[in-house]
Amino acid sequence: MEPVYHQKRAFDPLRIWLLLPSWVVIGVFLLVPVGLMLLISFMTKEFRGGVIWEFSLAAYDQFLFDRGLFGDEPPTIQWTYIIIFLRSIVQAAIATTFCLIIGFPTAYFIATRDSQNRTFWIFLVTVPYWVNLLVRTVSLKFLIRDNGPINEFLLSSGLLSEPLGLINTNIAVQLGLFYSYLPFMVLPIYASVERFNFTYSEAAADLYADKWSTLRRIVLPNVAPGIAAGCILVFIPSLGAFIAPDLLGGAKNFMIGSLIEEQFKGNAGNWPFGAAASMILLTMVLIALMLYTRQQAKGEVR
Amino acid sequence: MQVTGSVRSIPGFSLLAILCLVILYAPLLVVMVYSFNDSLSITIWGGFSLRWYEQIFFGLEAEKFQKAAWNSITIAFMAAVIATTIAFSAAIGVVRTSPFKGKNLNISLLSLPIMVPEIVTAVATLIFFSMISFKLGYTSILVAHIVFCIPFAYLPISARMQSIEKVYEEAAMDLYANRKQIFRSILLPLMIPGIISGFLLAFIISLDDFIITSFVKGAGVETLPTAIFGSIKQGIKPDIMALSTLLLLVSTIFVTISYFLSRADLKNRLN
Repeated sequence: MEPVYHQKRAFDPLRIWLLLPSWVVIGVFLLVPVGLMLLISFMTKEFRGGVIWEFSLAAYDQFLFDRGLFGDEPPTIQWTYIIIFLRSIVQAAIATTFCLIIGFPTAYFIATRDSQNRTFWIFLVTVPYWVNLLVRTVSLKFLIRDNGPINEFLLSSGLLSEPLGLINTNIAVQLGLFYSYLPFMVLPIYASVERFNFTYSEAAADLYADKWSTLRRIVLPNVAPGIAAGCILVFIPSLGAFIAPDLLGGAKNFMIGSLIEEQFKGNAGNWPFGAAASMILLTMVLIALMLYTRQQAKGEVR
Repeated sequence: MQVTGSVRSIPGFSLLAILCLVILYAPLLVVMVYSFNDSLSITIWGGFSLRWYEQIFFGLEAEKFQKAAWNSITIAFMAAVIATTIAFSAAIGVVRTSPFKGKNLNISLLSLPIMVPEIVTAVATLIFFSMISFKLGYTSILVAHIVFCIPFAYLPISARMQSIEKVYEEAAMDLYANRKQIFRSILLPLMIPGIISGFLLAFIISLDDFIITSFVKGAGVETLPTAIFGSIKQGIKPDIMALSTLLLLVSTIFVTISYFLSRADLKNRLN
């Protein structure tokens, strides 16, 4: 009997039906809503939360310009919201940097253990990630509060005369973001170091390269995609974070997440403005993702 | 000749790795310990006691927490089952069919719910439900959870699916097995570990969610995270630490199960 060559695979005829549920669910309940949000951002606000269906650029205008209380003065740049966005970028960047400083050595250390130890370490790093984010942030808040265990200890041991006063500061928010997303940094770097072929570095050692220059010139360029992935995985959720800034930062350290949330809570909200701020955040995230994928693609071509 | 020592061990890295674990676990351990603290002051140790656990089960707020826990668990269960089913179906469509135009677009669509920042998804979903005048509550939470659970279920399922070579189904086709038989006797049994970890991931992710839930829950319906958030607005009380400890244990048990499942599976495949 002639062997049968399969041009088609068993599930080919069903492909559309298999994919359809995901198209419908993500399409109807995510793409359509984002489209509606874009639309709402160009509408007129209604005072009790909601919108009037009349085209308006007011939401974006309010974001950038200050036209006085009655809207009739010559526009000046409105810094309030721009500063909130800039602050969010800076906070996310600092959190990412700290995650990298702790996360890279950790990932590197884990990836160079033997395979039994490796899985166990990775398990230890992943467990906290699966613990409820709110619970983790509350725990951190409990720990660093003015009358929390850390301060109690420092005060009673006489190392400090007054509490550190960490809570409700920018530093507390950075710490919170760092704590929330640290596992995101470790995992992709671990994956890329684990794939790295250490015979290259041994070749470098044979040529009398010292440890640090081998690490810098041989290992780092090879694990760069993992580092980039880790940074993007920490930076993006930090940018739009709500829980850490809200619980640890207080009112003075507002970030984008809280600004957006405020527009939809209670009657004081401004839906078109909230929608516009969300669109701006989404655009920033998409740009970051695009730069990232382009960079990764370039790396692969080389 | 080893002059410089291997780059495999960098001095100081082991210390930083241990520091990393300390940072990750210290807050959780402290809260766990203090949840057993008898003292009303939450920072001074007053002896071991289970009174805060009693309080969350039988105290004044017990009913509220029980309702919230029930909502959380039932929503997480249903969202995880539905998202896993959708993701499994999509993974067959993407991985187990011949290459097609739009394959990458499909993969991007499936990961879209992870890409969009949570707060943006929350806003968009709220706007959507209010535009179609859908009453906010249990159902709107469930729908929103299904959407963001899909990518988390899809990742382990498609990873597993890719590791199953196509020779299995080709062999079955050579033996005139029909599609249903291929699915039931080959694909499904081989996919079980992937499906379980996809389900567990989706379940924990749903249980974890706060921000999207708080936007689409409407008045009166709470899940555990929104109930906890409401309570801590007035300060961290010891009963919240007891509740947090319970949640922490649930997540840890789930991850541990999935860890041992994947390890057992790896061993089976190696033998």
